[in-house]
Amino acid sequence: MTSAVVAEDLTRTYELDGVSVRALRGVSLEIPAGGYVALVGPSGSGKSTLMHLLGGLDRPSSGTLHIGGRDVADLSAGDLAKLRNETIGFVFQAFHLLARTTAVDNVALPLVYRGLRAGERRKRAAAMLGRVGLSHRLDHRPNQLSGGEQQRVAIARALVTEPVVLLADEPTGNLDQATGRAVLDLLEEINLERQVALVMVTHDREVAARARRQVELRDGVVVADSGVST
Amino acid sequence: MRLGEAWRVALGALRANRLRSGLTMLGVIIGVAAVVILVAIGTGTKQKVEQQVEGLGSNLLIVVPGKLDFGAAPAVSRLDMSDVDAVTRIVGDRNRVAANVASGETVRAGTKETFTSVLGVLDTSPKVFVRGIARGSYLTRTDVDTSRRVAVLGAAVARNLFGDRDAVGQQISIAGVRFRVIAVFAPLGQSLGVDRDQEVHIPLTTAHRVFATNRIDALAIRAPDRDSIDDLGRRVVAELSRRHPDTEFSAVTQEQILGVLGDILGILTGVLAAIAGISLLVGGVGVSNIMLVSVRERTREIGLRKAVGARPRDIGTQFLLEAVLLTSLGGTIGMALGVGVSLLVGAVSPIPAAITWWSLTLAFGVSAAVGIVFGVVPAQRAGRLDPVVALRTE
Repeated sequence: MTSAVVAEDLTRTYELDGVSVRALRGVSLEIPAGGYVALVGPSGSGKSTLMHLLGGLDRPSSGTLHIGGRDVADLSAGDLAKLRNETIGFVFQAFHLLARTTAVDNVALPLVYRGLRAGERRKRAAAMLGRVGLSHRLDHRPNQLSGGEQQRVAIARALVTEPVVLLADEPTGNLDQATGRAVLDLLEEINLERQVALVMVTHDREVAARARRQVELRDGVVVADSGVST
Repeated sequence: MRLGEAWRVALGALRANRLRSGLTMLGVIIGVAAVVILVAIGTGTKQKVEQQVEGLGSNLLIVVPGKLDFGAAPAVSRLDMSDVDAVTRIVGDRNRVAANVASGETVRAGTKETFTSVLGVLDTSPKVFVRGIARGSYLTRTDVDTSRRVAVLGAAVARNLFGDRDAVGQQISIAGVRFRVIAVFAPLGQSLGVDRDQEVHIPLTTAHRVFATNRIDALAIRAPDRDSIDDLGRRVVAELSRRHPDTEFSAVTQEQILGVLGDILGILTGVLAAIAGISLLVGGVGVSNIMLVSVRERTREIGLRKAVGARPRDIGTQFLLEAVLLTSLGGTIGMALGVGVSLLVGAVSPIPAAITWWSLTLAFGVSAAVGIVFGVVPAQRAGRLDPVVALRTE
């Protein structure tokens, strides 16, 4: 099976007020296509930094990183944006929906940067909203939707580009337990159904336990890995 | 990202902050309107002055003693009737030559009197200058040859002396000498700062007797066509210089007068436009400022757009278009406002205003350019935002 993401000896050092902060100190990780991994660890462990690297939002200070078979080091800012658009789907804790924009247009947003026509965008976005069970909410704005519905819209937006990796950063963090469970159910269904690798950052042990593999970070290094699985 | 899509997003962002967009645009609106209005007034003034000069008649050549220069003291004339005859021989047609002697005199009719400019002229005057008669008929050659005491009144003089009564046939006195009014000029208005309705024309020969002089103050020649005008001027000046070796003479054409006046008024219009341009620049700074605020406010949106695949260029274009949309929308409204105010000023005030295409095109072009120039920095800042930092912003 091919790999969605291959990271070798990644480090990431920030300059903060003249002080170097080593957020990652050599992380190697391989996530196979269709894998389901939970990244866990206390705050400051580097799990968010790792997720930003895996999502192509940031570049490692050293080490090599291949996303969807492409070496991130070779890519310009524009090419990296294209890579994000084509291979990554993001789901954030705070949903990050555009406030004045309808659900269907929020979902269609990544397709705008593919240069698709409005009609085609709406068709695909509506289909994806249907998949997450929101076909009756197409033209609602985020403030007209519940938290769970908003996160479903965000999931639809992450999936509309048919990515290789779905990166979810505390996807249930802003939701009550029942809603959170439903959102996780949906993410897992999609993981199986579409063979899209699901990488979830969480500090919630219960949530992490649902993943087929747990990777624990502490002080910028992997301290525990339940092992490569599919 | 498609450009049409970027326009739609930019328009949506402006709509979301209507009041702020409107106030930002106001700076541009005022700047553009000021450019259009001030240029219209400058151009209108120039056109009016040009019309007045052209209104004197076409292919006109004015010969005066001394050097014709703005600010030069008028020279004392040594010309007399024999010079007029000599010039007439050069021109070859007495109908193309006008001459005058001017004097400020008190004109009386009954109990009313007015102090005005009395010109002793030849009967050819209306053939050389463009001048309409409202009532009666102008001086004839016989009037001049026989020194008749007849007068043609300017519209304002006739009104001052006779009110609404018909002046033609009435008796008046000029410098204590009795004259009969034979005609009244059609109103002409101001021309180059002189109220030409305040003139009284009497035969040149009569004027010489009444003013006890034989001098001629100025000669005017109407050239047969535009091409011969310069050559004619040179020959006339040469002849007069030969007859009066110690005096300098100048021959000026309308084109020369228009050229000098046009230069001055052109500079004036340019200065006005530049002053208005400064306010447009200030409007541009306002746009830049508000765009920077907008970038800061929408940092999270920028972060999200980047996360889902917007390139730095896409984000930059979006914000640049927003700035250009602000200024070109403001420019359009400012243009409409400027045209409206200019038309109003032209209609209800004596200030002439002429709208020119170049000022509209310039004002709009500059406002759009202002959007680009002042939008670039905020747009670049937006494009370069680090998506990780942007997404974390609260």
